[in-house]
Amino acid sequence: MNNVLKTSINNVYKLFAENSITPLDVTEASLSHIEHFSKYNAFITVSKNLVENQAIQSERRYKDSKPLSELDGIPIAVKDNFCTQNIATTCASKMLENFKPTYDATVVQKLKQSGAIIMGKTNLDQFAMGSGTVDSIYGPAKNVWGYKSDSDFHIVGGSSGGSALAVATGMCYGAIGSDTGGSTRNPASYCGIVGLKPTYGLVSRYGLIPLVNSMDVPGILSRTVDDCVSILNTVAGFDSKDSTSLTKPYRKIRLPDARKMTVKGLKVGIPQEYFNEHLSTEVYEAWNEIANLLENNGAVVKQISLPNTEHSIVCYSILNQCEVASNMARYNGIQFGFRANENESTEKLFATTRSLGFNEVVRNRILTGNYFLLTRNYDKYFNKALKVRRLIANDFHAAWEKVQILLTPTTLTTAPFYSDFCKKTNRDQCAVQDYCTQPANMAGVPAISIPVKLSKTGLPISIQLIGRNLSEPMLLAVAKYLENIVRFPHYVENL
Amino acid sequence: MALSLKRLLLNDQKLLVKRYSQATKNNKKWKSVVGLEVHAQIASKSKLFSGAPTKFSNPVNTNVSLFDMATPGTLPVLNKRCVEAGVLTALALNCQVNPVSYFDRKHYFYADLPAGYQITQQRLPLAVNGALEFHVFTPEIHKKPYKTSARIKQLQLEQDSGKSLHDFDRSLVDLNRAGISLMELVFEPDLSDGEEAAALIKELIAIFQRIETCSCKMEEGALRVDANVSIHKENEPLGIRTEIKNIGSVRGVVGAVNYEIKRQIAIKESNGVVVNETRAWNFEKKITVPMRDKEILQDYRYMPEPNLPPLQVSMGPITGGQVYVDQIKENIPELPEKCRQRLQTDMGLSTEQSIIIVNDVDLMKLFENALYARSINPVKFANFLINDLYKALNERKLEIHQLHIEPKYFGEILELVSQGLITRNVASMVLNELLQGNIRSPLEIVEEKNWKQITDEKELEKICQAILQENPKGVTQYLNGKVKVFKAFLGGVANKTDNRADMKKVETILKKILSELRNKK
Repeated sequence: MNNVLKTSINNVYKLFAENSITPLDVTEASLSHIEHFSKYNAFITVSKNLVENQAIQSERRYKDSKPLSELDGIPIAVKDNFCTQNIATTCASKMLENFKPTYDATVVQKLKQSGAIIMGKTNLDQFAMGSGTVDSIYGPAKNVWGYKSDSDFHIVGGSSGGSALAVATGMCYGAIGSDTGGSTRNPASYCGIVGLKPTYGLVSRYGLIPLVNSMDVPGILSRTVDDCVSILNTVAGFDSKDSTSLTKPYRKIRLPDARKMTVKGLKVGIPQEYFNEHLSTEVYEAWNEIANLLENNGAVVKQISLPNTEHSIVCYSILNQCEVASNMARYNGIQFGFRANENESTEKLFATTRSLGFNEVVRNRILTGNYFLLTRNYDKYFNKALKVRRLIANDFHAAWEKVQILLTPTTLTTAPFYSDFCKKTNRDQCAVQDYCTQPANMAGVPAISIPVKLSKTGLPISIQLIGRNLSEPMLLAVAKYLENIVRFPHYVENL
Repeated sequence: MALSLKRLLLNDQKLLVKRYSQATKNNKKWKSVVGLEVHAQIASKSKLFSGAPTKFSNPVNTNVSLFDMATPGTLPVLNKRCVEAGVLTALALNCQVNPVSYFDRKHYFYADLPAGYQITQQRLPLAVNGALEFHVFTPEIHKKPYKTSARIKQLQLEQDSGKSLHDFDRSLVDLNRAGISLMELVFEPDLSDGEEAAALIKELIAIFQRIETCSCKMEEGALRVDANVSIHKENEPLGIRTEIKNIGSVRGVVGAVNYEIKRQIAIKESNGVVVNETRAWNFEKKITVPMRDKEILQDYRYMPEPNLPPLQVSMGPITGGQVYVDQIKENIPELPEKCRQRLQTDMGLSTEQSIIIVNDVDLMKLFENALYARSINPVKFANFLINDLYKALNERKLEIHQLHIEPKYFGEILELVSQGLITRNVASMVLNELLQGNIRSPLEIVEEKNWKQITDEKELEKICQAILQENPKGVTQYLNGKVKVFKAFLGGVANKTDNRADMKKVETILKKILSELRNKK
């Protein structure tokens, strides 16, 4: 039964359709798998009671030969910053530890409507502020790759680390993450799976507890590009509840067989600025190998420049902290979530609730964000950051004049040791971890991370492809093409 | 040490003397400057960014959607109806509508502001540069109405906050109001006193009720006024202003502004300093009091609202916006000032009459419906409404919209008067019958009550003779030159006939009899 957990969504769908196995079988296998891997801390909540009922209903649909979609009966995990009706949605924080939303995020609703089984809610950095899945009140998620002991392990990356881990280990076939500066692609890279950050506005943010509204997108984590397409086809499209969602009708993506694809004539850009002092030799070499691979197969690979890349991190940091300061203002203990035991005055209730409910990272960002937003500082920081953001977006626009797709590393290194990672502050870590991923969020363009090989020490190395707005079909096609050639040894294959 | 202290004291004294002499020399009058900010709730079924209803009478915390209580993950969706109402209002106030405007977050912590920020339009509002012309007419103060105007700096859309209810040991929050759409209108300080401020508000109300963008029910908080007041002397720079917040009635606007002007004059006359502060109007004590104001030094940390795209409005060749200005323009109904002019030029009403009728939207409706139902002399009818109807309503503490009188009956009453079938006084009595719920027509009432005018001269002469005979003393006085008693004779006849006598004829007859008496003498 475990074998079926390793395969692709499309295969499982076929097995369901021909009644070789049932959704209940798979769901139960998934549950026991989650149990088996529980020490890695991928899940915050497993919705055990709900999933069996969902699986039984799915089973009935297959018996009637009326599955809702190719995701019917497929176990999927959701990052714990998407609202789920009657299931706790904690953002890995004390502030929302007791928060049970009364509604489903649009992404969750669409998954449910397509018959997918929502297995539970996955671990993250508090309010998605981080790049390691280490700042969670439920403890850090631990990478299965290179795991030795509970004191000697690698991080999974973040902030959607729980989702990445769940997919990499076969607890589920796909997972929803969120991506503001790389939070989907970064853990995908460290866990050796596919991570897609769609075009801003392609997938509804309704129900995603925001980090930076103008950059947040729901992300998709899966083991194969085809699985990623199946999930994207389900969750993408206009949503009237999200005024920033794109109104253009979404056309489902259908990718051909990888062997029938060619990259002949594809113009690939290598942005020189992504060659950074922190870039490890192994990642650099992998990047080079893929560039050569594409060139050898007929692609036109050229070096290009995105001159404002170096400003991206500091610019992102300002915008991030400003929006965080604003978005977090609602957590005051009155309407929902944690409330401190404090009755002296309303102001004191607010203050105590917020200082107890948020961790230091969140509190720091709120404080700095509010400083940047002061009338006397607004032009100096926020406004200037907005201008720099436009320059960064313009860099991409200029690039599309020359090339169709950009090839970069996803992360500068393989997954760091937890002990090393924690030596630096959250702020410093984000600056390094998000270096390659975060400019795409500034510009709103789609990007995908795919694993290409293992390092000498057996850790996944990934590359990133970036395309222009709404170029997901091309981006995913190239990813699938590469995936088929590199034949990355997935973790589940060793189970 | 002692020396310097003495010098200081001396200096102070000198200063004091100098100030005094200035105050006595400077006899110029104080000028007051008043500017208003108006918050008007848009009369829409649902809130500005959510589908929650806005009905005032609904139970506490039932008009609340997930978004209104700032549930994490929820997003604002702009209500098109509110934008239309905003644009319509802007056009009615001669504003320039911005083809693109933005929403911003204004941050402050308050228990009834669930998100910790209010979505408003700080950088670029929906409309700017308007002007409103209006009549100032307070019969007990102004002999004649006069026209003045105030410029409108901007009109912006924003969310209303919830309400906090403070008990002795706890505070309760009602979010029914949270997120209701407000239009904030910022007027330039072009007014000079409470009467002008109130007149401006009255004109706004007349316009809003005509275009139906705000219910203007001030008792429900649908229209709230903030007033900025300062005083200075001619050719001197403007004084330091104070702001009176949340005035909830037209009478409150007059009272608060005039009180504040007097208060500031009193301070300055006694060489005090007016401080820039926020005050509240205590309508029971009729004074303004300083508000315990935590906001005065607050930095609102404005930030663009990232969840809403720019608000685009189509006009002329610009298309693709959420609403189309030109279409809204076409559907603007006749505005109050135009209506007043029509009543004056087409119907011959006086300025005063037209102001009174048009400023009361229900009275105006009644006026038009009655005229439509039956042809009446509009001037006489206006008089009848302003004098008789208003008086009767006042006595009964009724509002016009509570009346259930068929419009055509008003015309019928006036017709009965003009035909000479009833007297002017009886007309008022018939109206009272109708107000009391008599469902018969005026003619039926007159017949039923036997209220027809007595015009038969012989009959009238008999009555006149009788009245004079009853009052021989009066007759003697009259004949001796005390003409004043004539009025008593008239009153006697009116009384005796229950107001039914044709008083013109009575006057002639009485004079005739009396002159005959004089001749006999």
